[in-house]
Formats: sequence, C-alpha cells, structure tokens
Amino acid sequence: MSAAQAASDETLIARIAQGDRLAMQVLYGRHHVRVFRFGLRLVRNEQVAEDLISEVFLDVWRQAGKFEGRSAVSTWLLAITRFKALSALRRRKDAELDDETANAIEDQSDDPEVTVQKKDTSNALRECLTRLSAEHREIVDLVYYHEKSVEEVAEIVGIPENTVKTRLFYARKKLAGLLKAAGIERGWP
Amino acid sequence: MMAANKKIVETGPDDIEALLPWHAAGTLNARDAHRVEQALAQDPALAKQYSVIRQEYVETISLNESLGAPSARPMQKLFAAIDAEPVRSASMSRGLSARISQFFAGLSPRMLAAGSAVGGLVVLLQAGVIAAMLAKDGGHSFQTASHRTENTPLTRGLATDTGPQVLVRFAPDARMSDISALLDTYQATIVSVSRAGLFQLRFDGRAPKDAGDLISRLQSEKIVNLAVPAQ
Repeated sequence: MSAAQAASDETLIARIAQGDRLAMQVLYGRHHVRVFRFGLRLVRNEQVAEDLISEVFLDVWRQAGKFEGRSAVSTWLLAITRFKALSALRRRKDAELDDETANAIEDQSDDPEVTVQKKDTSNALRECLTRLSAEHREIVDLVYYHEKSVEEVAEIVGIPENTVKTRLFYARKKLAGLLKAAGIERGWP
Repeated sequence: MMAANKKIVETGPDDIEALLPWHAAGTLNARDAHRVEQALAQDPALAKQYSVIRQEYVETISLNESLGAPSARPMQKLFAAIDAEPVRSASMSRGLSARISQFFAGLSPRMLAAGSAVGGLVVLLQAGVIAAMLAKDGGHSFQTASHRTENTPLTRGLATDTGPQVLVRFAPDARMSDISALLDTYQATIVSVSRAGLFQLRFDGRAPKDAGDLISRLQSEKIVNLAVPAQ
C-alpha cells in the first residue's frame, strides 16, 4: 500500500469519526475484500466470513474516534478481523476446544497424499497451505498476502516480534512436511 | 547442505534466515534488505531456501486471490446497522469549540435560521413590552431595570412565565417541523437558543414539581439528545 493511500485511509477514518457515511463507503470499498479473505481463511465458512465484514466495519464506525493512527488502517482492520474471527470460531458448536488447541490443530479431513495426486508443485502448495493450522495460516497470509511487516504482524496477532519470525519459520517447516507427505520435495528443509 | 539445513530447522532460524519471507514480500526496511541481499549472495543454501520461499509467496497470493469476493449482503447489513445506530454524540475528549462546530455543522440551514429568528423575536417582543410598560407608567420619569415593586411585573412575559424551564439539545438531524410539533405537544415556548444549539424551553401551565417527569418524557423523544433542568 502506498504512503499516499495510507494517509488517505487516515483521513477517511477522521471523517468516519464525524459520522460521514460516504467516507465509510470508500473505506469499505477499499478494504472489504481483503478483510473477507483474511476472515475466510481463518473461519473457513463464507457466510461467517461475510458476517465478519459487517461486524468489522461496524466496529470501525463506532470506534473511529478512538483510532490514533499509530498503525496503518489496514493493520487495524486486520486486527479487528482476527479478533472477530476467533470469537466466531469460539461460538461455533464444533469448536469445543480451548483456543490454544483449536488454533494449533491442522485440517486432517483428507489425506494429503490422496487429495494431492498431481505432482504439480503449485497446486500441491496451495492445497497444503489450506491444511495448515489457523495459527500458521494467519501468519503466512499476513506476511505474504497482506504484506505486513514483522512489527505489524506482531501488533495484529498480539505476540512479540521474535515469536512472529519463529512462528512463520515453523509454519513453513510444517508446510514442507505436508508437501513431503504429498510426495513433493523442494530441497528445504 | 542437508545436514546444515537439518541443524537450522532443529535450532530455529538465524537472524537473516528469519527475515527471508519479508524480503520476498518486499516489506523489509532498507537496512535489513541490504543485509539479506548480502547473505544471499554469499550463501547458496540460503539462496536455495529463498527460492522456495518465493514459491510459497507466489502461491499464497494465488490462493488468496482465488477466494473471490464477498456478496453485497455484508455491505447492506453494515449500512442498515449504521442507520440503526444512535445519533453520534460529540466526544468528551474533543474541545468545546470542536463540539460546537460539529453541532452547527449538523444543523439544517432551516433550523439554524429558525433558531435565530425565534431568538430575535423574543428580544423584539421583550423590547416592545418593556417600551409599552414604560409608556403606561408615564408618571415615572425614570426606573431602573433592577427596581421592581413586589408582585408588579416588569413585563407580562416575565411575570406569568412560571412554568418549569428545561435546556434541550435537539438531534442534529432534527427538522424544524419536528421541533415545532414537539413544542406544540408540550405547549412549550422557546426562551432562548444558545450559540451551542441549546434551547431553553419554558413549559407554561405546569408546576415546577412536574419538571422531573417532563425531562424524562423529553429524553425519550427521538429528536432530543439532551434534556436537563434550566437553572
């Protein structure tokens, strides 16, 4: 995101704090798809992910006056999305696990060896990316797709910067393990 | 090389290695990016890992982009929720001038004009009554405004206006017609309008003891943001 756009987002938030609906529409148009995709990767349910969007932006409408601009607006939005997504997961009937366990668990619904039949590394990589735990998925997405720095990821996830680095490292290691199980060797680790 | 990689995985990444994903995403600061570039140029194993990371980077973007976009439903839901939100009150943390500016910015032109006109009318009325009183009491060549004989009103208005008085702030989107209807319903008279948009209303025909009930009823009105007793 350009510096100009970041500044413009802050201006929009200031206008939203004064009840400007038009500014809200602009901010929504600019960020709702990324909020949706980040939420969807966490909750894995389109309906729930769509509900998250309205909840996140309603929070923005209510809290805009408290935004101090210490982080980028997109970082703030993703932090709210993450919080809402985890709350939604907690509410789900099938999530009767404590947070730590739920975040760490991987999707074992299908055997990667069965699903990933093609030896196409790109397809296999995408498939294995969906099988990471929520904790690992979010950090991979934040760094690669949402282009967040170490500091920003630390702020969104609420963990120290060194933990951000090691968590991504172990997420990548897990990814490599899933790929290996699917018969794909990449030379690392 | 395999042995070296295995050792790294077991012990965790070193400083430079941990930064590779951010280097691939282009989100490192200039100093760290330079350090990583130097290390990549000198370490083939690191360069190999970097090429793996670049592949992960590309496929993560591809995966996220394949997720599509949401329907229009969340936007409709959001703006319906915003419409249902209570009218935003000025933040206590903001300065008085900012709050006054915001209030006036929120007032419709007709409301502002009406407020000023009513205020002007009150002044004119009072001036006229005072002039009439002075003319009627022609025997007195001079009387100070502060001098009043007991039970002898200076003006008709001031003497008979015994109803409780309440300070009311209307919602910024309140229209003049709404305010007029409310005044009719409550048989209220505008005594004054402050620059901050605070209306001082008088409720003739009601006893001072009714002020509490009156304020409760006013506060439940949709177009009333604030109702407090006038001192």
